[in-house]
Amino acid sequence: MSAHAASTNTGLSHAKLGTWAFLASEVMLFGGLISAYVILRSGSGHFFVPPRAMMGVPLATLNTFVLISSSVTMVLAIAAIQAGNVAKLKNYLLCTIGGGAIFLCIKAYEYNHKWHEGITISASLFGSFYYTLTGLHMFHVIGGMGLLGYIYWQASRGHFTAASHDRVECSGLYWHLVDLVWVLLFPILYLL
Amino acid sequence: MNEEPGFAMGIPPVAVSYGAQLDSLMTLLHVVMVAIFVIWGVYLAYCLWAYRARPGGRAVYHTAGERASFIPDALVLAFEVWLILAFGIPIWANLKQEVPPVGESLQIRLVAQQFAWNFQYAGPDGTFGRRDVALISASNAIGLDDKDPAAKDDVLSINNLHVPVGKPFTLLMTSKDVIHDFQVTNFRNKQDIVPGMTTTLWFEPNVIGKYEIGCAQLCGLGHTQMVGNVFVEEPADYEAWMKTQLELKLGTADASRVLEDARSQASAPGRAERTES
Amino acid sequence: MSDHGHAAPTGFWRKYIFSVDHKVIGIQYLITSFLFLLVGFSMMLLMRYQLAWPQPGADFDPENLGLVRGFIAWLFGETNMPYGYMDPTFYNQLGAMHGTIMIFLGVVPLGVAAFGNFVLPLQIGAEDMAFPRLNMASYWVYFVGSVVMMSSFLAPGGAAQSGWTSYAPLSVVAPPGQTIWLIAMVLIITSSLLGSINFIVTTLNMRAKGMTLGRLPVFCWVQLVTAVLLLLAFPVLEAGAVLQLLDRVAGTSFYIPKDMIYGDSVFPRAGGGSPLLWQHLFWFLAHPEVYVLLLPAMGIVTEIIATNTRKPIFGYKELVGSFVLIGALSFVVWAHHMFVSGMRTSIANLFVTTTMTISVPSVAVLSCLLLSLRGAQIRFNTPMLFALAFLPMFGIGGLTGLPLGYAPTDLYLHDTYYVIGHFHYVVAPGSLVALLGGTYYWFPKMFGRKMNEGLGKLHFTGTLIGMNLVFFPMFFQGMWGMQRRLADPTLQWHNLPVQGWSTVILAGALITAVAQIPFIFNFFWSIWSGEKAGENPWQATTLEWACPSPPPHGNFVTPPVVHRGPYEYSVPGRKADYWPQSDAA
Repeated sequence: MSAHAASTNTGLSHAKLGTWAFLASEVMLFGGLISAYVILRSGSGHFFVPPRAMMGVPLATLNTFVLISSSVTMVLAIAAIQAGNVAKLKNYLLCTIGGGAIFLCIKAYEYNHKWHEGITISASLFGSFYYTLTGLHMFHVIGGMGLLGYIYWQASRGHFTAASHDRVECSGLYWHLVDLVWVLLFPILYLL
Repeated sequence: MNEEPGFAMGIPPVAVSYGAQLDSLMTLLHVVMVAIFVIWGVYLAYCLWAYRARPGGRAVYHTAGERASFIPDALVLAFEVWLILAFGIPIWANLKQEVPPVGESLQIRLVAQQFAWNFQYAGPDGTFGRRDVALISASNAIGLDDKDPAAKDDVLSINNLHVPVGKPFTLLMTSKDVIHDFQVTNFRNKQDIVPGMTTTLWFEPNVIGKYEIGCAQLCGLGHTQMVGNVFVEEPADYEAWMKTQLELKLGTADASRVLEDARSQASAPGRAERTES
Repeated sequence: MSDHGHAAPTGFWRKYIFSVDHKVIGIQYLITSFLFLLVGFSMMLLMRYQLAWPQPGADFDPENLGLVRGFIAWLFGETNMPYGYMDPTFYNQLGAMHGTIMIFLGVVPLGVAAFGNFVLPLQIGAEDMAFPRLNMASYWVYFVGSVVMMSSFLAPGGAAQSGWTSYAPLSVVAPPGQTIWLIAMVLIITSSLLGSINFIVTTLNMRAKGMTLGRLPVFCWVQLVTAVLLLLAFPVLEAGAVLQLLDRVAGTSFYIPKDMIYGDSVFPRAGGGSPLLWQHLFWFLAHPEVYVLLLPAMGIVTEIIATNTRKPIFGYKELVGSFVLIGALSFVVWAHHMFVSGMRTSIANLFVTTTMTISVPSVAVLSCLLLSLRGAQIRFNTPMLFALAFLPMFGIGGLTGLPLGYAPTDLYLHDTYYVIGHFHYVVAPGSLVALLGGTYYWFPKMFGRKMNEGLGKLHFTGTLIGMNLVFFPMFFQGMWGMQRRLADPTLQWHNLPVQGWSTVILAGALITAVAQIPFIFNFFWSIWSGEKAGENPWQATTLEWACPSPPPHGNFVTPPVVHRGPYEYSVPGRKADYWPQSDAA
């Protein structure tokens, strides 16, 4: 694939350029939603923010840490295949997928807890935004895990080498964006 | 009233103080637009005739003077900047950003709903009665709280707005359900009426007559039928109408007393202005 | 992702239905979007028929329409068209769906997806799009989205009926058809996003040797700008649509204010949301969307004019710069749709200014195209007639935007027929006329045969006269204050003095309809029996004319190399009056 990249006008492979374009649209999607949240939170006279204690900040901090760690293992996975080490790539991919899985488990616990404390999707604007933003993010995490699983399967079949591993890098870009979105959501939903 | 469908061109007669200025701007813009279009059109027609393909003819290769195309740009830009600075910003400020002070203008509350206009006059005491959504019912369209003393002399009028000529009035508008829009063509101004917020619109009608209110924002099945009338009247006629409304609501004796109270209040010094924000 | 190197597919399904070839996908888009234009146009015909004589028993209701009324009542059912007069709910459905279909299923797929898919890879000298399978997915997601959209007519309560703008809270309390509308929109948005990623990567990455950005035909430039607009603006509407969907199905109140009344009681929601939020999210997409409708048309007009004036286009750099500037500015003008919406009034002046600013590059584009005619040898073939008609028609559309973008006059004209006249002049006698020209222009490349010139000129004349009769009287009606979206304007007596124009509009609509018959016949007849076209029937310079007609799988027999700019016509010292980009000398 890298050989292919050399023949393009920009020097970037199609996949990589396409991924960047896709990420730009993702930024606009989350940007639109986050702007809506900011506008209503600051502008609506009926926006009630639940007390910090109800939000479970420690658990969310742990979750943030888990997701950032999974980004680190993703970087290591790419470094591994750049060195041509497929076994190491597979291990780090598993770590990354595992990070995503832990994130989802903690998230599920949190959802359950909050719902029973009365923060439901329809009870208040805050709840509506909380479930919409984190829910959409969660779908992105699930999608990313599926993608990485596919990459893992391809790695097992020997698709990637030190010279050709475009898809690993593109999946990595996507995973970092998912991570970045969470790093934005965490302070605006839990801390502010 | 014209019963036959016609083929009118132009703009309906103006009946509001700031209308003449808006109309002259409208005329100016259209004169400029037509002039630009005619210049383009003549040029285009000339080119189509003068540069039609001829046997053995050859087009000119070089396109010197590319800056020429910036001339129309510059002219248009200068014209637009002038429009904005000379008229746009001041007119906008006058029409939308400021409303006449409460003492000088009649305050009327408008509660729009599918598919009717509910006008609430503060009555002789100059104070609007309290509204409460919990009180809204088929017989109390705007949820006026009858226990509030200020509500006692409030006059409600459905779809018919009566105002005195030559005096500004301000509509304090809100909607019960979906978005509506208050439009009276002869008043040259309009404003969306949004549930959950209050928007304002002010006019100083200067021609006596009956004008039609239409809803200019799609509001559902009966959008077309959401019509009303503005009656611009001599101040004496307006006062008489107001008195009749009060008598209908309170009975003759109470109505006279309320009007009397208001008159003595108004002549008393240091009267505090009370209106709803 | 290197699946475009493989052999040409055989078998009907792989070749014509689930094809990954950009040319087949382009033609699929072309035919589907023309079908939807016909559907949307038919809806408009029915609405114009209603608006011409809207009221039973009115003095002016013609008595000899009995047969027509009976037939229409039978055809659409007594609930929708009782006694042949339109029920207001049905009118609102047709209004909302006409707009949605024309924009999202008709003009955008035609201008962007059909011509972009077919022409763009050929013009840059590529063998296919960058992601052929994504391209196929884009078409089929669009197709499924459009089927879902149409199916909403079968929903209880009918299709979406809150206008194509779907303003909340009306759209939140509307019947289930609105939910289907939102789901269909999410599918159509997804399709557009897939397409725009593909277009961007293809244009940036797959240009032939020597095809620098400065030698890129204008059509490719506008496709690139359009793709960026779609990529960045559509996700914001997607966000808005998701919020509206949740408001409808999950009990949230993003767009529902506190204590909203519906019927006679308080709407059971937490409230606190803002109806204006939807308008901001919607127009953030929908204004760039206007340029998505317009830019491809301008690109097509540029190509046709360059070819048929036999001279270089005037001010290539200025033209391209203007397109890029229009694209960038289109993101900061959205609130000029909202001067009277109740948004903070101090913001209006800002948006008046940005709106006036965007008129500058638009005027520059028109100036360049008009100045291109000087010193030309103009050939009046059918595509050129359409391209030339675009100039004054877009001129009217653009000029009438002036009093609408300027707040003091917009206060009066907002939401009147003047607005309808304005944007239809931009999109129908503007964009659509240019797209029809594009169809005549690239038809020989698509099918190897030319369309019939006589029928084409008939089509052109009828369409131009019909469309102007439809849209020009709208300015008179709007100036008189007739509001849009009224099922029966005669219920408001202030509209009566201009009601007569509605009969003229109906006549224009019927002329436009009849004028499409020669086009439809011409299209299908010419596929099999048109005059055979060689590689380069118009003696044009751009790369799509350097491959066989129709191009084979993989497009170019040998990979083309580009030696010069796109519009080298009538170069002094050369015998031929055109110098193709790929000619070595």
